[in-house]
Amino acid sequence: MSLQRLWAILAKEIRQLRRDRLTFGMIFGIPMLQIIMFGYAINTDVRQLSAAVADQAGSALSAQLQSQLEASQVLRIVARVDSGASLQQLLDRGQVHVGVLIPPDFERRLQQSVRPAVQLLVDGSDPIILASVQRLGNMRLGMDTAAQVEPAVQLFEVRNFYNPERRSAVFVVPGLIGVILTMTMVMFTAVAIVRERERGNLELLINTPVSSLELMLGKVLPYILIGLVQVTVILLLGAQLFDVPLNGSLLEVYVAALLFIAANLGLGLLISTLVGTQFQAIQMAFFFFLPSILLSGFMFPFDGMPRAARLIAELLPLTHFIRLIRGLMLRGVELIQLWPDVLVLLGFFLLSMTLAVLRFRKRLD
Amino acid sequence: MTGAVQTSAEAGDLAIEARGLSRRFGDLVAVSGLDLQVPRGMVYGFLGPNGSGKSTTIRLLCGLLLPSAGSARVLGHEVPGDAERLRHKIGYMTQRFSLYEDMTVLENLDFIARIYGLSRVLRQQRIQEALQQYHLGELARQFAGRLSGGQRQRLSLAAATLHRPQLLLLDEPTSAVDPQSRRDFWEVLFALVEQGTTILVSTHYMDEAERCHRLAILDHGVLVADGTPLQLMADIDCAVVLVESAVPRAVQRALSGLDSVRSITQLGMRQRVLLPRSVGQPSEQVRGLLQAAGIEAQCHDTTPSLEDVFVAVTRKGRSSASGSEVMP
Repeated sequence: MSLQRLWAILAKEIRQLRRDRLTFGMIFGIPMLQIIMFGYAINTDVRQLSAAVADQAGSALSAQLQSQLEASQVLRIVARVDSGASLQQLLDRGQVHVGVLIPPDFERRLQQSVRPAVQLLVDGSDPIILASVQRLGNMRLGMDTAAQVEPAVQLFEVRNFYNPERRSAVFVVPGLIGVILTMTMVMFTAVAIVRERERGNLELLINTPVSSLELMLGKVLPYILIGLVQVTVILLLGAQLFDVPLNGSLLEVYVAALLFIAANLGLGLLISTLVGTQFQAIQMAFFFFLPSILLSGFMFPFDGMPRAARLIAELLPLTHFIRLIRGLMLRGVELIQLWPDVLVLLGFFLLSMTLAVLRFRKRLD
Repeated sequence: MTGAVQTSAEAGDLAIEARGLSRRFGDLVAVSGLDLQVPRGMVYGFLGPNGSGKSTTIRLLCGLLLPSAGSARVLGHEVPGDAERLRHKIGYMTQRFSLYEDMTVLENLDFIARIYGLSRVLRQQRIQEALQQYHLGELARQFAGRLSGGQRQRLSLAAATLHRPQLLLLDEPTSAVDPQSRRDFWEVLFALVEQGTTILVSTHYMDEAERCHRLAILDHGVLVADGTPLQLMADIDCAVVLVESAVPRAVQRALSGLDSVRSITQLGMRQRVLLPRSVGQPSEQVRGLLQAAGIEAQCHDTTPSLEDVFVAVTRKGRSSASGSEVMP
């Protein structure tokens, strides 16, 4: 292991990266665009669902119900019709997601509380919409009892449920650090070796005294720096745009990020020693990327997944990083309390690097 | 090493010694049972058509490929076993340009110098020398990707010699280069040999092959002839007849397909006809054959060229039925 050679490889990587304007731009561009895009777009608080109302009662109370519905911001009333059949039509055509049918005997039903007073017709094809509207059902009950001036508490409870402060951005941004790093880091090193092979540089390089370890470390180290820059960009934007709190230690966030970056780079490098072309490398990176997003707990609650999916998820660095980063940033715990995930990430890095170094042969066959 | 011993084929005097070196890729036998002895301090040529195993042999010799059978000793190191220690002593110029196109001439040289572990002082000194010797001074800040074929080749050679290797392996170094650059390139090669470097160079150009001190001709992975160019031309077991006529294509048709004709090569209005040496009075033979076909032609015996040797020896491996095929 010669530091001079390691430095030569490292300096060359940085120089080439700096000249590759597009890639260099993506180092900053990808995290910025993604955090803005997903920070606003990934929102599990469903709001402003388009709705149509058939108010067959036409009473003061039914008007009050409608304004309450709109005030909840869950529904946006875009059409008023007079029959249940018309509501059905609008739903069928996909013009609205929800139909509200207020029957002529609305007030009597309220008094009797035998049958539900109002019918909600829901486009159940999107489970998230269905879930939201089912929760809206709770609110109607609250509204019912409010009419009898009984417990206004229940109505309040429903409002809380809807999380008017857009808390999900807070929940999404820390996870986004992991997703963005997975995407950029694995890709960077996945093409690192194979690009030299494709361009013909590798045949020259492997005929020099450079060792596998020097070559691999020289390829990984510059990107660790880049990964940390990306983390900084996301943290700054997250704090600025979405008021994402940092309840734990900033240093520990960087330590966790460093481990995660290293694990991903190692994995990318391993991919690079397995494939023959850059195209294959990118395909393999994507093969790894999709389960990372879907199974890591970033999109769906980890505990809600089937056992098999959870086992696979444990094999993905992102799962462990999401636990770490949410713990550090949102719950404000200390890194040491999350030591199992720390160890797993460290293990990922060491294992993938070792395999990459062992797999890489200074030969052409 | 004294001059007296140098002529003997002792192991110490050989830069490269290969015994039964073979390499298969699946069903394809790229190199087959190659025995090779390359003495130090000379330009040794590999002559052969594309796919004859030149590149594979060079890669086997520097340990980039594992042999399927056989072994080789290069500068006293067994390859591939001891290839790592050999790397400091050899320079390798790949057939395809393999320096970094997105780096400048200077950056490429500096990178290679660092990879070979040259000290800062030595690095500066060698790079300056290289820029001068290979006429790269004015191109120092140009991106390697923007260089012409000849400039790239000079840069590659400069990079391959920065660490002053004892042995240079050059894989078709002049294939993308104009004639003047080729001439200059060979001047540099002879200068390197004068300084004690051994050079193994593969080529498919006859004029370059003729410039080598010694030469091995490869055909379909088999070494079919080796020796000095003069030896090879003297030892050829073919007679060469030069035919001049007004109707060269008719001559071609008349002679092709005959068992006694090994090959016909057209050069403008003339044809070089190769016949087995066993044929007595070859020019008379050819004249007779042509008269029988009703063609007026002048026929002279002539001395074999290296190309004739090449044509004669690379024929052997193939079926003799296609022996009258025209060589390009």
